[in-house]
Amino acid sequence: MTAELEGAGLPTAMISAIGPVAAELGAARVLRGIKIPHPCGDPGLDSARDHDLRLRIVRGALHAVTTAVAKPTLFDPVAPS
Amino acid sequence: MISVVHYLNQFFGRIGGEEAGDTPLSVADGPVGPGAGLQKELGAAAKVTATIICGDNKAAADLAAFGDEVEAHLQRLKPDVVVAGPAFNAGRYGLACGEVCLRAAKLSIPAVTALNEESPGIDVYKSKVYILPTSPTALGMTETLGRLAKFALRLAAKETIGPAETEGYHARGVRRAAFHSASAAERAVDMLLARLTGATWTTELPLPALPPVKPAPPVADLKKARIALVTTGGLVPKGNPDGVKQSNSTTWRSYSVEGKSRMEPGQYESIHGGYDNSHANANPNYVVPLDALRELEQAGVVGGVLAEYYVLAGVGTAIADSRRIGREIAADLKGKGVDAVLLTAT
Repeated sequence: MTAELEGAGLPTAMISAIGPVAAELGAARVLRGIKIPHPCGDPGLDSARDHDLRLRIVRGALHAVTTAVAKPTLFDPVAPS
Repeated sequence: MISVVHYLNQFFGRIGGEEAGDTPLSVADGPVGPGAGLQKELGAAAKVTATIICGDNKAAADLAAFGDEVEAHLQRLKPDVVVAGPAFNAGRYGLACGEVCLRAAKLSIPAVTALNEESPGIDVYKSKVYILPTSPTALGMTETLGRLAKFALRLAAKETIGPAETEGYHARGVRRAAFHSASAAERAVDMLLARLTGATWTTELPLPALPPVKPAPPVADLKKARIALVTTGGLVPKGNPDGVKQSNSTTWRSYSVEGKSRMEPGQYESIHGGYDNSHANANPNYVVPLDALRELEQAGVVGGVLAEYYVLAGVGTAIADSRRIGREIAADLKGKGVDAVLLTAT
């Protein structure tokens, strides 16, 4: 799916708990998520920190779609500037 | 007596279903679950001495750590041959089986697994390990165990294994030197002539089937960009009003998030048949991170959020269907003026 979205000209950040595998299979922009059942956050954290983690993940994904890439690239969550 | 170590996931290893996906690696004596069938097919010359079992999430979330642990056990168990799976068309289980065989090979222990052509484990591991073909589902278990047993016995006996096209395993891309009656130039001209006259011919250098992804240019100005949320995590409105399938998806759906500040717990559920849905059900923003994206929209970091999110359950989905679904969603998003996509995969 990411191949087709990227190919159609839509930069796509794939948020995946198994990021290196997504990159190996050719996804161009991969954001390292947390775990397979909860890629965007960590239920083990208190709700404020969990929410903050999700913000970082989404910021990281937005950073990925604003970055030019030539090949599959892994991105990390980003803290607010 | 040939000693065989067998690898299974938590499901076939009789520990539990998706709720047990995080189960750490353990080792049982003798055969477990389908291992009994494997033992029967191996006959009296070989014995399944131990079964390594690990939860799918635990294995796939950190394949390197999983592999290290498998390697340590194999060093201790010292089998003559390793059999993994069969994992059919499974994603995480297929990857784990590939990693087990790779680690065995590293210790010079021959190994074999069986995966269906739709398992992502094939693309990642086929160049390094023997992967026999199998049915998409466990319906083909008995027949596959028979072939795995035969192949394992041949490996243990250090028999010469022929090329993929005669032996039937997934081609590893290994090329061996061999004498041929015709020179390369003659064979190339023969191929060209065959092609020109419409006769059948076979290439000696097949190209990889998956074309590389062509990355899209980046978003120039995030402050003006419209962002869409897409997920393969199977998150649908509570009650699944459109009957979205829990696996083997062939279609997708979109649902409105207009005016919503977050994915409200209780209003959504995950119907995805391939992971423990409890966290997604308790807080659907784990799968569709609308709350965080809305906050960044309010703060002016992004221009806007598309009024719908897109969903299917990405489990057991054929690659051809995934591509078509990707094309359909891309066309829909472009028609709605979307500039970039956040795709959450579970």
